[in-house]
Amino acid sequence: LRVEPKMSAGSRNTNTEPWGGFEDNIVQAGGAAVIDMENMDDTSGSSFEDMGEIHQRMKEEEEVAAEAAATEDDGAEDGEFLGMKGLKGQLGRQVADEVWQAGKRQASKAFNLYANIDILRPYFDVEPVQVRSRLIESMIPVRMINFPQKVAGELYGPLMLVFTLVAILLHGMKTSGTVIREGTLMGTAIGTCFGYWLGVSSFIYFLAYLVNAQITMLQMMSLLGYGLFGHCVVLLVTYNIHFHFLFYILWLLLGGLSTLRMVAVLLSRTVGQTPRLLLCGTLALLHMLFLLYLHFTYHKIVEGLLDTLEGPNMAPIQRVPRDVPEVILNATARSLGAMLRSH
Amino acid sequence: MAAAAAEEASRQLAGLSDVSISEDIPVEGDISVPVGSSKADDEFSTLDEPVKETILRDLRAVGKKFIHVLYPKRSSALLRDWDLWGPLLLCVTLALLLQGGAADSDDQGGPQFAEVFVIIWFGSIIITLNSKLLGGNISFFQSLCVLGYCILPLTVAMVVCRIVLMGGSGTVSFAVRLVVVTASFGWSTFASTAFLADSQPPNRKALVVYPVFLFYFVIGWIILTFSTSK
Repeated sequence: LRVEPKMSAGSRNTNTEPWGGFEDNIVQAGGAAVIDMENMDDTSGSSFEDMGEIHQRMKEEEEVAAEAAATEDDGAEDGEFLGMKGLKGQLGRQVADEVWQAGKRQASKAFNLYANIDILRPYFDVEPVQVRSRLIESMIPVRMINFPQKVAGELYGPLMLVFTLVAILLHGMKTSGTVIREGTLMGTAIGTCFGYWLGVSSFIYFLAYLVNAQITMLQMMSLLGYGLFGHCVVLLVTYNIHFHFLFYILWLLLGGLSTLRMVAVLLSRTVGQTPRLLLCGTLALLHMLFLLYLHFTYHKIVEGLLDTLEGPNMAPIQRVPRDVPEVILNATARSLGAMLRSH
Repeated sequence: MAAAAAEEASRQLAGLSDVSISEDIPVEGDISVPVGSSKADDEFSTLDEPVKETILRDLRAVGKKFIHVLYPKRSSALLRDWDLWGPLLLCVTLALLLQGGAADSDDQGGPQFAEVFVIIWFGSIIITLNSKLLGGNISFFQSLCVLGYCILPLTVAMVVCRIVLMGGSGTVSFAVRLVVVTASFGWSTFASTAFLADSQPPNRKALVVYPVFLFYFVIGWIILTFSTSK
């Protein structure tokens, strides 16, 4: 009696092995194909990325196979009693099991720091020269909309630009004396920058998905991240040199150039008039308005302007109570003052 | 029957004795209890030493690392036996010194204790992760330790700033503070690069140094813009 389950488990294993192997092959091939599609127009070392991802995938698949083999032993016996209906139930359970295992794997992966680092490492595979050239390229729109333009799928530059923007924003907030009731300046700055970067790139990616534009989330994040270079320069200059005229020129010039660059890339990857208008219009609007917002929300001169606008209304009200006690306290002094003034 | 059994047993024993002790292979060996081990144990054991000694030893280790930061000569002592006591000490000191500025009193969003604390720790964690992602071969806590210890010049600058601010805040005091903070910022960046740069692939040093620069720049800038309440 004790031997039987083992036997059945063994036979089952031998039965499933070819299946598992076959599935593995299919999934691996599929994975590789997907990666190739993604990285087809990638300037960074795509071979390395492919190898890294495939390796990761293979590892995961191995884990899945092992786990499936382990869990299958338990469900093997009672399925035989139930016949055809049991087979169906078993299939359902197997699917559910698979989903559960995949979910568990995802969760444990999220907690495993080193696994995450290994997954992210390909996106940080850059040279200083590459970063420099991409920063410069982010300000140069390319007029080529018939053929999809290359977008580097890289996250080092965007991440550093976002952190730089956070630091610049902090500086702007400090010098403008911004008061934030709930929360800290640091938190607000980080929230604004990361919120814009992640939020807008996912929104544009969603739009691009709707209008069938050829761009991946990674490419979108990289594109928008490098697009923030113009913002950084403009804000750094205008937080320190307070000329509105200068700001508007820089806003149109640098902000406009970086926006144009992104728009050109998106144009080249979208087909049709309406989708192009929708996608590029949204991106351009958001990007330019974000710079305006950052400048005018955390700027010294605006605060001064508001003060002067409020000034005429506030001044008499403030002055009256200050004068009143003095007036009431010594009426004689007032009469004296009046006499002096009349003289 | 009993006699036969006894005889058989004795024969077996004899056989055993034959097998176990053979005359042509003499039993050799040196059986001795290692005497030195208990002594070594005593040396390593810190269970029965006074608490004062333990604390002093740790403090001495922290102080030694401070000297390494102040005189960065590419030694690996800071990397080899890392600890987080020094960074914690420096971070708390800096945050306490930054507490109670002018901005604090009327809730103008001055550097709160928690804010400084979070900037320092999360900043160093992000720098560390970045260096790991770029392919550096340095452990997580080693990098945290180095980045934390290298705040020392900035903490010193903060102390100087508070002393200068006691004298009054004018253009001269601002100039003095600017010079002190800039110098300590440069010092911090230089020291941390000296320790961290070796662990990176040579062609990517600039990419690792940039976030470090940004990190110390933000801290230095917070110190520079600090002003006491009047």
